[in-house]
Amino acid sequence: MSPQSDHLQDLAEIRAMMERSSKFLSLSGLSGVLAGCYALGAAWVSANVFEFNPTSMAYTLNAEHEQGLVLTALATLVLAVLSAILLSWRKAQKKDEKIWNATTRRVVTNVSIPLFAGAVLSFSLLQNDLVGLIAPITLLFYGISLYTAGSYTYHDIKYLGLIQIVLGLLACWFVQWGVLLWAIGFGLMHIVYGATMHFKYER
Amino acid sequence: MQVSFDNLHKAFENRVRLGIMSALAVNDYLDFNSLKEFLDVTDGNLATHLKKLEQLEFIGVEKSFVDRKPNTKYFVTPKGRQAFEAHLQVLEGIIKAQK
Repeated sequence: MSPQSDHLQDLAEIRAMMERSSKFLSLSGLSGVLAGCYALGAAWVSANVFEFNPTSMAYTLNAEHEQGLVLTALATLVLAVLSAILLSWRKAQKKDEKIWNATTRRVVTNVSIPLFAGAVLSFSLLQNDLVGLIAPITLLFYGISLYTAGSYTYHDIKYLGLIQIVLGLLACWFVQWGVLLWAIGFGLMHIVYGATMHFKYER
Repeated sequence: MQVSFDNLHKAFENRVRLGIMSALAVNDYLDFNSLKEFLDVTDGNLATHLKKLEQLEFIGVEKSFVDRKPNTKYFVTPKGRQAFEAHLQVLEGIIKAQK
């Protein structure tokens, strides 16, 4: 090997190591598509089965529908998280990497903290009959989590975060469109983002 | 343009040491096992190269206990960062000069 190609190789390896050790790159794009599908399903069930269509921020649900909504939300979250773990684990295995390493821990911590705060706030809104605020608040907090996560995984996820934040803010003014905006953010945008990531990085 | 090869620090001739410095340059701290996983080397090999970098004062070591198990964290010292950045500049310079 000539000294020059040696140095080029050195630089390439430095770059690769910096990226590998600071960014979680096993995040699966397909899991984004799946999460989007679950979200669309959940939005449909919420609006049509549990009549979740708040027209103002202060809005009361009947107890039965409230329970159904909470269960739907939890089931969607669990499904989405499980898909993400499973598909990312598969992606990591293909690259011969472990899924649980320093970079994963960082992404998980940074995403969970804002997400947890948002979840607790949403429960409080539900209990205080401020149901119309739930769609905007979940969009906003999720957007903030993704924006933060962008520093520790694919940078593109920051744009997804910004879109969720904008949709969340819009939903504060157009409360009657809350469910629709939520479906666009959590459903459609996840599918678009996941598919883009899949074709950009996984093929 | 003349670029001196003497400026390439000997410590970075080795790929493992270069890898350690690259990983630590973009992380506040990394423990032994994380480094081992990123570099895909054996315990003994990694330990030898870490010792060498530590002797040069390019990296610092912080020992603590997590669940009563020893946990050693490594980080880049200002001296190490300076040397690493100088090394990168020389590498880039050589490549540009030869183009």
